[in-house]
Amino acid sequence: MMAHVEPLIPSLRRYARSLLRDQSAADDLVQDCLERVISRWHQRRIDGDARTWVFTILHNLAMNRLKQKARRGVHVTVDDADQAAFATAPAQEDRLHHRAVVDALSQLPEDQRSVLLLVSVEELSYVETASVLDIPIGTVMSRLSRARHRLAQVLEEGPGRLAKTGTVLRRVK
Amino acid sequence: MSRPISEDDLHAFVDGALADDRRKEVEAYLERNPEIAERYARFGAQRDALREALAPIAAEPVPLNLNLGHMVASRRRSSRSGWQVAAVACLFLLVGGGSGWMLRGMESDHPIGINALAQEASYAYAVFGPDGGRPVEIAAADSDALVRWVEKRLLRPISLPDLSGAGYRFMGGRVVATQNGPAGLLMYDDAKGARIAIMMQPMMRHDQNAPMAEHREGDVVGYAWADNGMGYSLVGGLDTADFLHPIANEARRQIQAKT
Repeated sequence: MMAHVEPLIPSLRRYARSLLRDQSAADDLVQDCLERVISRWHQRRIDGDARTWVFTILHNLAMNRLKQKARRGVHVTVDDADQAAFATAPAQEDRLHHRAVVDALSQLPEDQRSVLLLVSVEELSYVETASVLDIPIGTVMSRLSRARHRLAQVLEEGPGRLAKTGTVLRRVK
Repeated sequence: MSRPISEDDLHAFVDGALADDRRKEVEAYLERNPEIAERYARFGAQRDALREALAPIAAEPVPLNLNLGHMVASRRRSSRSGWQVAAVACLFLLVGGGSGWMLRGMESDHPIGINALAQEASYAYAVFGPDGGRPVEIAAADSDALVRWVEKRLLRPISLPDLSGAGYRFMGGRVVATQNGPAGLLMYDDAKGARIAIMMQPMMRHDQNAPMAEHREGDVVGYAWADNGMGYSLVGGLDTADFLHPIANEARRQIQAKT
């Protein structure tokens, strides 16, 4: 179990943080995920791929959490928002560029964002992505296409507009 | 020429997911269609930028509470104590209430660290949570006096988490007695008067630091954790089970930020 799951943890943290945009909430989610993995390891399908199985658990937990947040109206606090959540490369030019892409990503609908992250960043195959999200491969492909077109559109419209229209609500204490 | 090139092929080209033969066909197609080639080259650049932007997260050292070996070990400990509790409960049922003395010999198995704190928090909540007359000894209006009292008894600085973001107003608190000495109990209520409470107590020997763990005792659910020698448990009624965890995370975050 350790040998299969331990190498996945950095990717799980990255996926959770990219979806939630909140470091401590994302790590708590990964912790919940790992606890389920430990307790259900013997229940997984032996012929299935461990990575796909673990990502499925994490994705479902993330969706529950996002739904809960939407229902309760609790959103990330200012301190935890993007600046702190996304470590960036040192070069100034790169940082701006990375920031723009990450901001643009946050403008995508959640279902497109998941597909784009799993395929492009976590390098799951289309079949694996379909399995994690429990959708047909055709739906993976259409969401991927919409995600890429939308991301290009948002990036072309420029960062100036983006900075003011982040979808992350901020709590005022 | 074989099958026509589809949009799916073009995305698979961007993701490097095509077999060699098909990739060559797509390359040839893109040479003939420069506008499409340009669009998909941009998608490829976006893909690279996204990967680079998110790569540092995966490069961070994994925090201790996500260390798999650590998690498996602490799970073994808690499942063993869970089994012991179950065994004691069965024995108790068999023997009957009058024969509780039989359990005296098992006192050495009582919970320790945050498990003990979790249990005490559940008991305290069961007593003070439904108390209509005096759920708190010192009200929120006298927070300074409350903090002084708790700090004097715990011999540790404390802070009062603000849970108003989650819809819970600070009511006040008190010092309560536990097996391991005094503990602070802070009470909060929501607009409908439903209460949750935080118990805090210095951790003497065990669990100086402990990842957050869920606990249940009767009709009380809670999340307990420890940071820098101080243990905490956030408890509420069964109806709070679905949303107590994020509130506990928020309380922990605030306490960590202040200490």
